[in-house]
Amino acid sequence: MIGAIGRSTRNALIQLGSIYRLLLGMVNELGDQVSRRRPPLRRRVLFEQTDRVGIGSIPLVAMVSFFIGLTMALLIGAELKVYGTERLVPQLIAIAFSRELGPLMTGIVLAARIGAAFTAELGTMTVSEEVEAVEAMGLGPLRFLVAPRLLAITGLLPCLVVISTLAAVFGSFLVSLYYLNIAPGYFFDLTQEGLRVRDVLMGIFKSGVFGLIIGLVACYRGLTVKGGAAGVGNATTSSVVTSVTTVIGTDTLFNILQQALLPNQ
Amino acid sequence: MNPEAATHSIDRRDEIRHLHDGEPAPAANADDGGAGDDDAPLVELQDVVLRFGKKTVLDGVSLAVYPGERLIVLGGSGSGKSTTLRLIMGILQPTAGRVFFCGHEISALGRRELNVLRARIGMVYQYSALISSLTVRDNLALPMEELSDQKPEEIDRIIDEKLAMVNMGNVKSAMPAELSGGMKKRIGLARALVLDPELILFDEPSAGLDPVTSSIVDELIINLTEQTQTTSIVVTHEMDSAFRIGTRMVMLYEGKIIADGPPEEFRHSSNPVVTQFVEGRTEGPILDSTRHHDPKPEQPATTTAGR
Repeated sequence: MIGAIGRSTRNALIQLGSIYRLLLGMVNELGDQVSRRRPPLRRRVLFEQTDRVGIGSIPLVAMVSFFIGLTMALLIGAELKVYGTERLVPQLIAIAFSRELGPLMTGIVLAARIGAAFTAELGTMTVSEEVEAVEAMGLGPLRFLVAPRLLAITGLLPCLVVISTLAAVFGSFLVSLYYLNIAPGYFFDLTQEGLRVRDVLMGIFKSGVFGLIIGLVACYRGLTVKGGAAGVGNATTSSVVTSVTTVIGTDTLFNILQQALLPNQ
Repeated sequence: MNPEAATHSIDRRDEIRHLHDGEPAPAANADDGGAGDDDAPLVELQDVVLRFGKKTVLDGVSLAVYPGERLIVLGGSGSGKSTTLRLIMGILQPTAGRVFFCGHEISALGRRELNVLRARIGMVYQYSALISSLTVRDNLALPMEELSDQKPEEIDRIIDEKLAMVNMGNVKSAMPAELSGGMKKRIGLARALVLDPELILFDEPSAGLDPVTSSIVDELIINLTEQTQTTSIVVTHEMDSAFRIGTRMVMLYEGKIIADGPPEEFRHSSNPVVTQFVEGRTEGPILDSTRHHDPKPEQPATTTAGR
């Protein structure tokens, strides 16, 4: 038992080291390109990735957040109605999504939708020697393949969190209006009361970190695929599982640190 | 390809060689590492040992490849042929020994210097390794757009020229998935040629092709390397291709080079391993030996990207 824990910890640390080296290698390759006075990234590839990560994810993120926001508002509203405190629902949803559920839900959705796609794509490229060909041409595979993906997901996850929060608030608005009988003007006042700059900024910062984690894990798993098609399948599953658990773990860590260093007043 | 295009290709090599550091092209025969000196080897392996875990793939291999040669590397599956190409490209590092290209020790170069040298080497992969998300045109344009200062019109002109060289002028806008194996191989060859490399490495160029397409690819290799005065190293199992293409052959067996000489010597070799391999017989020392070895060692991630 102790041996197994030791081995798992050792493997996890080795992989963490490899992911760190991947990030460092990518920064070095980008630096090389800049020092040669060349654009560090291919604009077209970056736009393709941002379109896919950002625009392509909006419907799913908005839909999931809308349904969760609506459900939460409905269930919490039903309970609070008993005590006559249903006016707390808009605030609760605003706080929950701006600070916690928005980044978390968006992170999980993107780990499944984009992280899996990154791993499968890079994994297939690795198996078919395309990654090696990019390296053999002297193009720098980390700069060429990893950097645009990582930049797209790290930069756009915070934007998607804003959309997620808006969608959830809209879900709670419908419940507030038609079930809890809260007037629209009063709903927006309550929501504004619930939204705190500190929570919004923390949510955006956290989501950027989640994006970095998902992108790094997905690209690392894709570039280390072994064993053909089955290997790509295993790597994709592993990428999603690792990303989701790491995102949840990191979120917990953020919350502990936030409560310890910046407790709610 | 016409002689003018060939001369243009050779002239452009000097320009491309110095693009990374912005230095001007040197005068003829004033190369940094002796590439211009016909007596100096273009590629040299000195006592190279390569191990994957406990398995020794190359065991003290020494080899010199001279400008203008078409060297065939023969050997059974897992004998280290493709691995040798990856050592020359600097994708793998030897466990011991040294690898040189144009007088530069590949195994001692940093990433940046290595990438500069890689632009002078073309590689044609067994399954072409074309970037599947890019069209044929973009696959060929990629190294020029990333590594050279050529204008878009010049890039398009070179692409047309290289595609014409491999008789594939009509597929510029096709995606790799729309091409047959032989077509992909020819596009792979065109991509390897776009930067006018001094050395082209071929990993199993005839693998998976029908005999006619295989012969066409062989003829292309011969014609293009002769016209552009490019040195080539070809890894293959196909003996017909090997004898057709090669000006020199080496055979790897149990991690060592056991034969090195012109193709005729291989045809009449007295070495039982060589004769068994060349004739494709089942009886002989090769099968006896493989019964006591693993068929192929598990390789680590081959790209530095995945390390």
